[in-house]
Amino acid sequence: MVEHYLNLFLTSVFIENLALAFFLGMCTFLAISKEVTTSFGLGIAVVVVQSITIPVNNLIFQNLLREDALAWAGLEGVNLTFLGAVTYIGVIASMVQILEMTLDKFVPKLYNALGIFLPLITVNCAILGGSLFMVERNYNFGESVVYGFGSGVGWALAIVGLAGIREKMKYSNVPPGLRGLGITFIVVGLMAMAFMLFSGVQL
Amino acid sequence: MNEYKKVLLDPLFNNNPIALQVLGICSALAVTTKLDTSAVMILAVIFVAAFSNLSVSLVRNHLPSSVRILVEMTIIASMVIVADEFIQAFAYDISKQLSVFVSLIITNCIILGRTEAFALKNPPLISMMDGIGNALGYGVVLLFVGFCRELFGSGKLFGMPVLALNTEGGWYVPNGMMLLSPSAFILIGLFIWAVRTWKPEQVEED
Repeated sequence: MVEHYLNLFLTSVFIENLALAFFLGMCTFLAISKEVTTSFGLGIAVVVVQSITIPVNNLIFQNLLREDALAWAGLEGVNLTFLGAVTYIGVIASMVQILEMTLDKFVPKLYNALGIFLPLITVNCAILGGSLFMVERNYNFGESVVYGFGSGVGWALAIVGLAGIREKMKYSNVPPGLRGLGITFIVVGLMAMAFMLFSGVQL
Repeated sequence: MNEYKKVLLDPLFNNNPIALQVLGICSALAVTTKLDTSAVMILAVIFVAAFSNLSVSLVRNHLPSSVRILVEMTIIASMVIVADEFIQAFAYDISKQLSVFVSLIITNCIILGRTEAFALKNPPLISMMDGIGNALGYGVVLLFVGFCRELFGSGKLFGMPVLALNTEGGWYVPNGMMLLSPSAFILIGLFIWAVRTWKPEQVEED
C-alpha cells in the first residue's frame, strides 16, 4: 500500500513531470523564471493549491459528476461528466480566493511573499491539467492526495531549476535573435531531455 | 476593410501570440506529434477564440468590471465544452489522442488575453476577426512544429508515408527524439529565432 503511494509520488514528480513532460503551466513557467527566489515562492504556492484542489475535485467527481454517482439522491443513470471542466475551474478559482484570504488573515508573512502569484495561479494550466488527469486516470481519494502533492512538487522543482540556469545565462553571449524567449525554449528542451532519463526507471 | 485585414493578418508573424506575446504555449507543444491532431486542435481554438471574443464583445457594455473575469471564464468554458463534445462525437479517435488538452483550452491564455485586451473595448465583428487572427497565429506555429515532428519523427504527413522508412525497406531512419517532448521546445526556439532574424525589431534587449 505504502509502496503504491510512494511509486505514484515519484512518478508524478520525475517521470510525468507536469511542466517538462506534459508542457503544462508553460506561460507562468517561462514568464516568472528569471530569479530563483521568486520562482521558489511561486513553486510553493503551486504545491499548496495543487494539493488542495485535486483532492477536492476528486470528491466532487466521485460523488456528484460520475455516471450513477447521484444514485444516493434517487437519480439513477444521471451522467454529469460533461460539466466537469466548468466545475473544476470554478473550484480552483474559489479555492485560490479562499486560500488568499486565509493566508492574509493568519500567515501574512507568506501572503506578502507570494504577492501577485497567488491570484495568477487560477489561470495556470498545470492546476486544471492536474485535475483533468486525475479524472482521466480515475484515481481514488488517497491517490489523488498523493498525486496532487507530487505533481505540485514536480512543477516547483522544474521552475526552480530553470530559474537557476537563467540566472547563470546572464553571463553568456547569446545570438541576438535567440535572446530572451528563444534561448529559454531551447534550455527548457534540454532540461526536458535530462528529465527523460528517468523514464526508464522501474519502481 | 483595411482595418479588418490588419486585425486578421497581424498576429500571423508581426505580433504572433506564441512567438512574441508568450501566450498559449502549454497546449501548443503537447498536441504536435502529428499533423492531424494539431489541425483539429487549431480548428477548436479558432472556434473558441472567435465565438468567445464575439460573445464578450456583445455583452461588453453591460458588464461590471468587478465580475468580468468570471463572466469571461464562463463564456470560454461553455464554448470549450461545445467544441469538446463536437470532437468527441465526430472524431472520437483524435479526441482520445488529444486527451485533456481540448478542455485545457479554457486556461489557454490566448483566449482570455484577447477577450481582455481586445473584445472588451471593440465592436463585435472586428473582435471576432481578432479572435480568428490570433488563433491563426497560434496555428502557424502549431503547423510548423507538427510538420517537422511528424515528417522527421515517423516519416509521414497526415498519416500518409512520405519518407520510406528503413523498417519497411526504405532509406530513412526515423528520429525517435522528434516524437518526444524536448524536440517541441527546441523547434519553437528555432522558430522564434527564424522569425526574429526576419523581423529584427522583435529582438529582445537583454
